[in-house]
Amino acid sequence: MTGPRVALFATCLTDTLYPETARAVLTLLERLGCTVDFPLAQTCCGQMHFNTGYAGHARPLARDYAAAFDGYDYVVAPSGSCGGMVREIHPGLCGTSPAVERTYELSEFLVDVLGTVDVGAYFPHRVTYHPTCHSLRMLGVGDKPLRLLRAVEGLELTELPLAEQCCGFGGTFAIKNAETSTAMLADKMRAVQDTGAQVLTAGDNSCLMHIGGGLSRLRAGIRTVHLAEILASTEEEPWPVGTR
Amino acid sequence: MAGRNPVTWLGSPAFPKAAHIALGDTQLRSNLRKATTTIRTKRADVVAELDDWERLRRAGEAIKDRVLADLDTYLLRLEESVTARGGVVHWARDADEANRIVLDLVRAQGAEEVVKVKSMATAEIGLNEALEEGGVHAVETDLAELIVQLGHDRPSHILVPAIHRNRAEIKNIFDRQMPENPASDEPRDLAEAARRHLRRKFLSAKVAISGANFAVADTGSVVVVESEGNGRMCVTLPETLITVMGIEKIIPSWQDLEVFLQLLPRSSTAERMNPYTSVWSGVTPGDGPSAFHLVLLDNGRTATLADRVGRQALRCIRCSACLNVCPVYERTGGQAYGSVYPGPIGAILAPQLSGDLHDDQVASLPFASSLCGACYEVCPVRINIPEVLTHLREQVVKAKGKRTPEAVAMAAAAWVFADPKRYEAAQRAGSLSRLLARDGRISRLPWPGSKWTSTRDAPSIPEESFRAWWRRNRG
Repeated sequence: MTGPRVALFATCLTDTLYPETARAVLTLLERLGCTVDFPLAQTCCGQMHFNTGYAGHARPLARDYAAAFDGYDYVVAPSGSCGGMVREIHPGLCGTSPAVERTYELSEFLVDVLGTVDVGAYFPHRVTYHPTCHSLRMLGVGDKPLRLLRAVEGLELTELPLAEQCCGFGGTFAIKNAETSTAMLADKMRAVQDTGAQVLTAGDNSCLMHIGGGLSRLRAGIRTVHLAEILASTEEEPWPVGTR
Repeated sequence: MAGRNPVTWLGSPAFPKAAHIALGDTQLRSNLRKATTTIRTKRADVVAELDDWERLRRAGEAIKDRVLADLDTYLLRLEESVTARGGVVHWARDADEANRIVLDLVRAQGAEEVVKVKSMATAEIGLNEALEEGGVHAVETDLAELIVQLGHDRPSHILVPAIHRNRAEIKNIFDRQMPENPASDEPRDLAEAARRHLRRKFLSAKVAISGANFAVADTGSVVVVESEGNGRMCVTLPETLITVMGIEKIIPSWQDLEVFLQLLPRSSTAERMNPYTSVWSGVTPGDGPSAFHLVLLDNGRTATLADRVGRQALRCIRCSACLNVCPVYERTGGQAYGSVYPGPIGAILAPQLSGDLHDDQVASLPFASSLCGACYEVCPVRINIPEVLTHLREQVVKAKGKRTPEAVAMAAAAWVFADPKRYEAAQRAGSLSRLLARDGRISRLPWPGSKWTSTRDAPSIPEESFRAWWRRNRG
């Protein structure tokens, strides 16, 4: 029996800055029986351009996306934000396509398509989860990531206070309105610290880069780890969680 | 041609600069945190009581869209209904025209002082200032508006414009501005002082000015929804009542009120029902004002209506739910937006009504959002605020031209992303950034990266991208 043919949409941020997350998705999906490919024609979904007011630059990138990911059973992205860009915004830019319609954020794919909550992961740490805005409000992933985390052996999940508040990243917002972004970040970091967790996880490396960058500056002693890396980790092969 | 649209305040700095000042105001920060957290929870609770809330939202959206699609027809129908019931309808293209119409009407009554019902439309056009210039003093009768007015201040919230003040400050303002000082800064004493102050004004005023929450086209009925009852005093006691309303406030029929009188109080004050709902249709001899004037205000609305994406902002019923859930508003407060319309709705409404995207302050407003989408989630008429924000950002970018450093950088990035080979080369070049890093962290980047690293570490780009790893291991 062969599993579905899945194209991994790594997203430019993860491909470039967090390759370990993309490797984790690959490991996880292969463990669950998928045949995974990484189409080398992929680059960026155009979200930064679109959200900053450069829809004209985003449009050809959306077209390239449809071409790069054509012909797979599913496209899976370790990002609610880029997944949201593809599913909610691409159709308005250049019409819909099979690639767009088959695009899933990782937790959606695992729970809705593969129909699994227990992926056989082992991660013996105290973890809190930040629901990223676009996974929550654009894609509506709901509690799927939490259900996946609850099934991870050894993982102690602690609830994040005011979890649904934005961390203040917002793409170029973090630069254009750096002070307001930092004020939002400060509250998010306080909430994370209040949980007593060792690890903060989320479905988006962009938000984790933001919160993690703040926690690192404070030397808070809390790591940020993408959800995929936790789910890829097993007792036999613990995922080498980095120091970032 | 009229002057500058007063929907944004002259001399206000662009949002990031205004936010810098607001973020340092500890009183403001703590007031806002407390108030928005409380109202957010209360709103969620009363909304959860209704199992058809989503259907109500869709109904509200549909009614408003129907009106906007045929606004010309509904406006004429409203004019006809109001006129048939003894009211007089005036049409105002912009703020100047509306202010002139109102001033002339007040002068015709020989009044030197008017009482006012809390109204966003009159705040938008700067009516109080225009009347003052014409020798007429306008008295705000909504408690929070009164605090703002007496403090020579500016509003910071649509519903609770004095949200940035604490009670000691309010006592201080009342001490200076009222003949009888409040006994203490207890809320009860402050309210009592305001009540005594306003009672005199209600009894002597010949003219009242109001806005409108809704106007029913079929019956010519104007509706004002409020909590304190001061609006009720204004619309019943004086001889002349002047209502200034934005042309988008129309609803087709009396029955449509059913939807909005559920949506509005739950979204704004988190109440099942607001304490006072005043409705009047033209004039009724022996009951209430003997003269009623309705000023229909455009002030940028027709231009907004012409924008396929942006027009949904005209569905707004001014509930302020989007302000209360907005993480940006919660931290900067309303004055940072430099407009009577702050928060997420202000960030899409003020630029559209003003129409001046070449103005730096106006152009900064659509960027005053992390696009988190909390506003869209609570909006009772389903305005997709993030969608309009990105749409307006596009217009701002076009207005600024292709030569800004940002536009050049964005074009370069698009050129890189357009070709996987160029993209990979850029990854390799970027990975040299690891030379700036210690333990995978970069704590200082040159501008504009410095805007990031001033408060956050940045990750360095690893030597091997995922794509390079894939090619090496799986390619």
